[in-house]
Formats: sequence, structure tokens, C-alpha cells
Amino acid sequence: MSLAEAGDETALDEWRVAWLGRRGRLTAVLRGVRDLPAEERPRVGAGANRLKSALEDAVAAHRAQLHASAEHAKSIDVSLPGRTPPLGSLHPVTLTRRHLERTFRDMGFDVVEGPDVELEEYNFDRLRIPAGHPARDMWDTIWVADDAGDNGGPRQLLRTHTSPMQIRYLERRQPPIRVIVPGTCYRYEATDATHEWMLTQIEGLVIDENLSFAHLKGTLEAFVRRMFGADIETRFRCDYFPFVEPGAELGVRWQGDWLEVLGCGMVHPEIIEDAGLDPDRYTGFAFGMGVERVAMLRYGVRDIRHFYRNDVRFLRQFEGRR
Amino acid sequence: MDVPLKWLASYVDWDFSVEELAHRLSMAGAEVEAIKRSGGDWDQVVVGRVAAVDPHPNADRLRLATVDFGAEEPLQVVCGAPNLEAGQTIAFAQVGAQLIDPSTRELRKLRRGKIRGVTSMGMVCSERELGLSDEHEGILVLETDAAPGTPLADVLADVVLDIKPTPNRPDHFSILGIAREVAALNGSVVTEPSMTYPEADTPITDRTDVTIEDPEGCPRYTAIVIDGVRIGPSPQWMQEVLVSAGMRPINNIVDVTNYVMLEWGQPLHAFDYEVLREHRIVVRRAQPAEQLELLDGSRLELQPEDLVIADAERAVALAGIMGGADSEISDSTTTVLLETANFQEATIRRSRSTHTESGTEASRRFEKSLNPELAELAARRAAALIIETAGGQALAGIADEYPGKKHAPQVIVTQHRIEQILSVLPSVEDVRGILSALGISNRWIPPDRFAVSCPPWRSDINVSDDVIEEIGRIIGYDSLPSAPLPGAVPDPEFDLERDLGEQLRDLLSGLGLREIITYVTVGQQEVEATSSSGEEEPDTVRLLNPMNAERDRMRPSLRPWALRSYAQNQREARGVLGLFEVGKTFAPSTARQPTEMRVLLALLGGETPPSVHGDSARQFDFFDAKGLLEQLGAGLGVTFDLSSGADDELLVKGRSARLSVNGHDIGVIGQVQPTTADAFDIDGDVFALELSISTLAPLLEDSDVIAAPSVYPAAVEDLALIVDDACPAGELEAAIMDNGLVETVELFDIYTGDQIPDGQKSIGFRVYYRSPDRTLTERDVEKARRGIVRRLQSQFQATLRDS
Repeated sequence: MSLAEAGDETALDEWRVAWLGRRGRLTAVLRGVRDLPAEERPRVGAGANRLKSALEDAVAAHRAQLHASAEHAKSIDVSLPGRTPPLGSLHPVTLTRRHLERTFRDMGFDVVEGPDVELEEYNFDRLRIPAGHPARDMWDTIWVADDAGDNGGPRQLLRTHTSPMQIRYLERRQPPIRVIVPGTCYRYEATDATHEWMLTQIEGLVIDENLSFAHLKGTLEAFVRRMFGADIETRFRCDYFPFVEPGAELGVRWQGDWLEVLGCGMVHPEIIEDAGLDPDRYTGFAFGMGVERVAMLRYGVRDIRHFYRNDVRFLRQFEGRR
Repeated sequence: MDVPLKWLASYVDWDFSVEELAHRLSMAGAEVEAIKRSGGDWDQVVVGRVAAVDPHPNADRLRLATVDFGAEEPLQVVCGAPNLEAGQTIAFAQVGAQLIDPSTRELRKLRRGKIRGVTSMGMVCSERELGLSDEHEGILVLETDAAPGTPLADVLADVVLDIKPTPNRPDHFSILGIAREVAALNGSVVTEPSMTYPEADTPITDRTDVTIEDPEGCPRYTAIVIDGVRIGPSPQWMQEVLVSAGMRPINNIVDVTNYVMLEWGQPLHAFDYEVLREHRIVVRRAQPAEQLELLDGSRLELQPEDLVIADAERAVALAGIMGGADSEISDSTTTVLLETANFQEATIRRSRSTHTESGTEASRRFEKSLNPELAELAARRAAALIIETAGGQALAGIADEYPGKKHAPQVIVTQHRIEQILSVLPSVEDVRGILSALGISNRWIPPDRFAVSCPPWRSDINVSDDVIEEIGRIIGYDSLPSAPLPGAVPDPEFDLERDLGEQLRDLLSGLGLREIITYVTVGQQEVEATSSSGEEEPDTVRLLNPMNAERDRMRPSLRPWALRSYAQNQREARGVLGLFEVGKTFAPSTARQPTEMRVLLALLGGETPPSVHGDSARQFDFFDAKGLLEQLGAGLGVTFDLSSGADDELLVKGRSARLSVNGHDIGVIGQVQPTTADAFDIDGDVFALELSISTLAPLLEDSDVIAAPSVYPAAVEDLALIVDDACPAGELEAAIMDNGLVETVELFDIYTGDQIPDGQKSIGFRVYYRSPDRTLTERDVEKARRGIVRRLQSQFQATLRDS
């Protein structure tokens, strides 16, 4: 059999063993060299070695050729679809909430949560919004049908904002305070493209000695830069929330328009005082923002109602995002 | 609040463009929602003068007006208005002008027309045709010095700022309130309107009496009586202001009350004094079955909590909302009783929501909580204007019942506090300039403080930080300094439940499921249909005013909405559909608030489609769901123990299991009852995995200790056992694992049929033996195996298949 006739690996190995193996014909020649007269040894030895190395090259070349043709025979259509392991998705509100939380955590904020069903006292009264106060109109409320409330006990409601956690956190912590509170809130409000009756808020509270409006601005500007990019333009305009004084609204210029991102202000001195702290020594600021609103900006969602319809054609687009 | 700029300019000057003015007001807290133009464009409509009026040759009720409108030749037009007179200055529409058709109320282009044989080359306009008001009985007569031919827009149109006041600023519902903002922002001074008028000798107390029976609902009531008024239209300047601010002129008395309300933010009401029984005013709650017909013709059945203004016998007005029809100003009114009062916001809000749909201009202002001090200022201003526009004379003094008078505290603001809050310290002059322009009286008390008091048109200057906000917002928040947050980072709190929820979200989305977030409210029927206990209604937290009456309670589980979402998405999902939610459930509690529990619910089902690679289609089944659970367990570092039969009415008994960790019940896994799935319009099998995060979180050991891998080789053996068919593989596996040398056990085969006796099965395990500290010898393995087999024989009556 000639080398060229070796059609597969087995045949090639047979040929190699026959010529180059321990008992191969060329190996025998090489072994026989030492029996030759001294003057012939170099010539025959050198020739046999050249032949051995040539044959080894030929075997390697033939082996490569065999591999190439074998691979060709087994080649696949790489354009066929892959076997895809399923890729799940987090909800865009979770993604955005986490993005906001990460941003604040990086700035030294702790993250805590509070109850969805709140007492009127925490949601309103202790935030300086007593019954009959005109500011209560800012939050249309869903009330719990509650026998205790009907009998003059504390009335329960679905929290209209995450601000009650300001009071609850102050009940258990002492300054320095630097915390955010994500949570679901509820409004008795007709639903349209920009309003949902269920919404997610993130509340922030910072209290320490001698914090000023400058620290409010510096902190929230830094947050907005981290969230929307270093070049973002911001502005603070005067706004009203009963539990802060002075009160403000932070806007960013987004695609040419000024958009309200969050409400904020210096914690009202009466709230500091009610927490048992000296308002001359301790000051601070609070802020609150809507997570869906930020998600709408981030993902270009134009109708807030998409978030809680849970249509997989919508959710699918958040695969792989974090 | 519509703020017409021409009117605003009569109180204050500014140097800004309209856009800049709107911007500065917004930044300072008076948000300008829109910059509008009052009136139309009025193209081709100009000021005209009626040169002559002649009868129409063919119609008695029509006349011919010759109008000079600035062109070389006047034009003759046909006019049917009864109030047309020669010499009047009017709005003249030329052919081509866009006017409002009085009957269809739509825009229509004016054409040359022939009316009863006479060609008309234009039109003398009514207010309705110009879109100014509904008035169409006569033509609009202008009071202007503008020359004929001047575009009407130059005379009548105005730029109007639409301002949205915040709840703490009722003064932003007034032109003076806005003027004070402008003055502070521009550094100018407000021109205060005239408040003085001559008074008769007769004291008002001789002619009327005010009694407040409900001082809580009515902290203050003032009355002024003016004799000898002549009712007629109000002057044009006043009408123009009212129209540009969006109100309809009525007569000189009513217009003054509306004008002063817009000017000061204080609603007023004028009664026909002669109609009031005994000429007295009583402020009280409505009597049983009392009725009242309002100005707008509506007839109210008054409720006991309604606050009314009454005379000696009957209600004549719904306090703070609208006057009664009986006592309204009529053409024959000669004596006016002018009411300027203060009403409690909650009382007004309640009556407004009972009796009206959207409230009135008056109720809108009272609901913002007005300062009772404002009433007297507005009363004097209105009296002065009534006497100016309708004549007459006021009786001496004001009948002023003021049970709610409070001592207005002086607010002390130190320079230290200003700097503490704003991080800047403006000069004494700057602070005083800002406060004075806002009308806030102030005094410098050397060396370091100001004494400030709240003006009558505001109620929100009570503590020093309120004053500091005034200073900060007028300087401009954007001009204040900004600084990074100093100080120590506080210690964090730990919330295991929250952390576990987040970990589950990551694990499940990583395993191919989609996170959903659903509403928290559910209906009774769906709660019953999905409850674990079946028929009986679980205890739920009910809502008083749910958004949707059919979903009137807080969810006791995530099941109803998850099933609904699954059904909604089934058609769109190709292949396997896996949804999960991490959310709160709510249960009534004897504590002050309901119990809120965190729960995970995952729903899975569907079919892996066949592939071109020869993989065949496969239905998602229980073991896919269990595999997912095992992955979760691996991810959490916890072992879930399954006990068959979940005892949960949502799940099929023979295809479900209860889950526990260290003996604590933490949830269920299994197939949803086909009847329930069907009721939710779900096709095919669907599997549920439900875990109580709140229960599980404290059970997870916070074990971060990782075992070092053994450097010694494993010995691997296969064990083929024959056991009873009912013997659970998991228990065999656990028994094998119990041996100290066994590192891992893998179930690789289950077989029944040939060579296996009936009622039994062959089951194959691959066992990995390994020691952390030495290489196992054959004797070691042999000994271990014998121990295992002995135990399996005694515990499960297992036999080795090979022996």
C-alpha cells in the first residue's frame, strides 16, 4: 500500500507503523547502520535519516489532508437558529428603582422600606397636613374600610406618598440620617397616559448638624449627574410641600424641555422638633420622586399604563438589562 | 388664575419680556402653566365710528350704519342691533374677517352680502361674534380713543398668564398677589388701589345686624350697606378686565364684587338689601328640609352641615359658594348689602362637593384657606368701587363680626438662621427690600435680626423658615450656592426580607422568567377561586373607596393577578411562559395596621417547540417546575423539602407538594387545578411555585464559609437497587447521602418491566465516595457500600439488582 492510498486514520497508522514503527522497514535500515563498515556509516546513516524525516513530513501532511476532508464532509450550516437558553427579564420599574437605589447607595444612603397600608397620622397629620388642610387636596386618598376608624380609632389608608417613612425613621434613628425609602403609593386618581393610581416613589431624608439648602442642591445635583449624565442641566424652582420649608422642585433639561424630576426642600423645623431634636442644631432636607416617571424618560415610554399591564411583548424588551 | 398683563401693568412695572416674566414667576413659585392671548386674532376687524344711522328701505327692524373705519370712503352696512347709535365707536369687521357665527358658534368667514335688497360691505360686531362673551342682543360699544382703522386686537386683546397657585398661596389667585411677586422680582413697587370712600352719618348698626351662630364655620363676617345705587352696566375698563380674566360682565354691582375678588383674592357677595327680611344677616347651618334656589337657577335641598347666609327667616345664600336667586341684585335694586366674609375651608369643601360639580370662583378661593384679615380690605375696596361706578352712599362703618380673630404672631428671623439655611447672608437692605415688595411688613432689630408679620392676604408666614423661603425664592434658588454633603455615613439597617426578595428576582430572571408587577387590589370572587382553603372567604383588608368597585380589597395572595397576567400573555408567548412576581400580601390584624407579608409567586407552563436540530417538542411539567425550585435552592444555599400533596385547593392534589425548610412551612409547588386555570382562560397545564419570603428570610443561614475542594480522588460506583414501586427515590437518595464518605449521589436510571418483578422498580444511583484527607482504598469503599446496602435493605427492603 502506498501512502497516497491510506484513506483514513487507521490505514495511515498502519502505513506509518510498517515504515517508521519500532519494527518498521526504515527503522530496520537505521538499526542496520551500525553493522556497516565505518566508512559507509555516515553516508547511509545520513541518507536514511533524511528519508525518515521526509516520510514523517509526508505522514503529517497526509494526516492534515485527511482531517481537512473529514471536516469538510461534516461541515454545518451556521446560519441555522441556535438552541437558546431562556433569558428572563426584570420589570422596568424594578430596573429603574435599582438604578436609583444604586446611585444613592454610592452616595452613602441606606435603603429602608415602610408599610403600604398607613395610618392617617403618619401619612398626613404628622407631616403637617391636618384634616381640612387645603394641601390634602394634593393627595386624593384611598381609605381602608375600617371599623376602628369608624369608631374614632386611627384611620388607615393606602399611603399616598413614601413621606410617612420620614416620621417612622426619625422615631427609631438619631442623626446623622441619610436614607432613601422606595415604595408603592396609591392615589384615588383617574388613570391616563401620565397618571396611574398605583405608583412607585423614592423618598429621601438627610438630617445632620448644620445642613443647608446648599447641601440639598449639591446632593441632588450630584444624583442627577450620576443618573442622567455629567452634562445634564438642572434647575430648582420654588414649590410647596407642607413638610418642607423652603420647598423646591428639581427640573432637568431633557431633549430640550424642562422636566420635573423630584420635589424637595429643607425638612420643616417643626418635624425636626417633633422628632425630639433641636431644630437650631439639626437641619436637613427631604426629597421624593416617581420611579415610573424616571423609567419613562429612561426607556422612552410614553404611556405610564404600560408598566402594570405586564404584556410580555413589552417586558421582553428588558431582557438582559440591569 | 388668568392674569391679563394689561391689568397687571396697572399695579406694577417690570422690565422683562413676557417669556422672562413668566419664567421668573414660575421659578419663584407662581407656576405659569401657559401664556395665552385673550380674544381672537381678529384679523380684518378694526375700530370703527358710526358716522350715521339711516332706516333700512325694506325692513323696519334693520338699519343702515355708515361706518368710518379709517379708509378714504366710509362703508354702509346693514345692522339689526337695537343699541346702534350714531357717534358710537364700534368693532367693525371687514369682508374676509373670521367671525363666530352666533347660531352655530363656529368660525365663519364674513362675505359681502345683500340683506333685504341692500348690499352690506361688512359688519358691526357683537361680543359673541368676537368670541368675547355670549352677549348678542346688541353690538359691542367700545370706550377707546383709538382712531378708526386701529386693529381691534390692539385695543382689546391682551396677553394672559395662566398661573397655577400652590395650596399655600391663595394670594396667587389674585392680581395683586401676582403684582407683589413681580414687584419683588423686578425691584419695583406695587401701586395699591384706592380704598377710601365717603360715608353717610347714619351708622350701619342702625340699619342692619350681623349674627354668626356658627363661629367655627364663619370666623368673620363683614357687611357694608350702600344706599342709592343705580344699577347699570359697569364701565368698559372693568368689563374688559373681567372678560380678559375669563369672567362675564353682568351689572355694575356684581361686576365690582367679581373685580375685587380677582384683584384681592377675596370673594364677595352683594345682596339686595330691601329683599332681606328684617334687613338682617344670620350665618348658621341649614335647618331641616330647608331649600335654596341659587343664582344659576339650581334648587338645593340643603343638608344640616351646609353653612348658609340667612336673613331673619330663610337662607339667602350658600356660604362661600353662591348667592340665592331671591336676593340677587336686580335692575330695581337701590340699596346693596355687601358681604365680605371668611369661611372655614372644610365647610366650604363639603358643601361644594355635595351641591356642585366643580365649584365656583368663590369656593375655589375659600378652599385655599383665606386669612380673615383680608375681608375688611376687600370690603373697603369694593365699597369704594361701587360708589365710583354705581353712585350711592355708604352708611358709616362696617358691621364686622369677627369671632375667629387671632393674634398674629410676630416672626423673628435672625441673620444666623438665614445663613444656616441658605448658606448666604444677603444685606439688611436686600432682605428688607424683598419683604417690603412682597407687602410683608418688617423691621430691622439691630444687631442681628428682623421682626416680620404675615400680611392679610397670606397665612403662610408663621415661623422664621417661612420668611427665609421668601428671601431664597426671590433671590432665586438657582443663584444660591451648592455644596457636597459633608459628614459621616450613617450605619445601615439590615432587611433580610427585602434582600431575599431582590435575590429571588435576580435568580428567577436569570433562570428565564419574566418579572411582573401587578395591582394590589382584588375582588372577592377571584380571591375565593384562588384561595388555598377553597370555598370559604379568606379574611381580607377592605377598602372604603376602591378605584374599581369590583376590586374592593387588598390582595391576600398574588394569585389572581398572576393568573390573569398569565392568561393574557399566553397567546403572545411562544414556547414556555414563565412569569413571577415578588410582592406584598395583606391580611387584617389586631395590631394598628394590617400584616404585610412578602411573597414570591411564579407561574410556568407551555411547550418547548420542536427544533430544526431534531429536538422534539416537550410539554413543561412538574419536574421542570421542581428543577427551577432546585436551582433557586442552589442559588440561595438552602434545601427545600417536599412533602407530597400540598393540601392547597388551588393545586392538583396528586401533582403538588408542600415546601418546607428546616421543618418550617414556606410554600407550595404544583399544578394549578385545570378548572381554576380554565376559569382564568388559561389553556393547558400551568404550574405554580409560591414561597413566603417573610417566613423564609430568617431561615436562611448567612453562611459565607466555602469548603475547600478535596485534593484526593473520588471513587465512583453504580448501585442498582430493586425496591417497591411506591418507594420515593428522594428517600433512598437521602439514606445513601447519610454515609460519611459519600460526597454526591446522582439518580441516573429508573426502570420497570422485563426482569423486574411486578410492583417493583429498578433504580440506579451513581455514588461518589471521597474523603477530604486521604485517598480511599478499595476496602474503604467496600465497607461503606456494605453499610449503605444494609441500611437500604432494612429500611426499604431494597435488594441489589446484580446479586
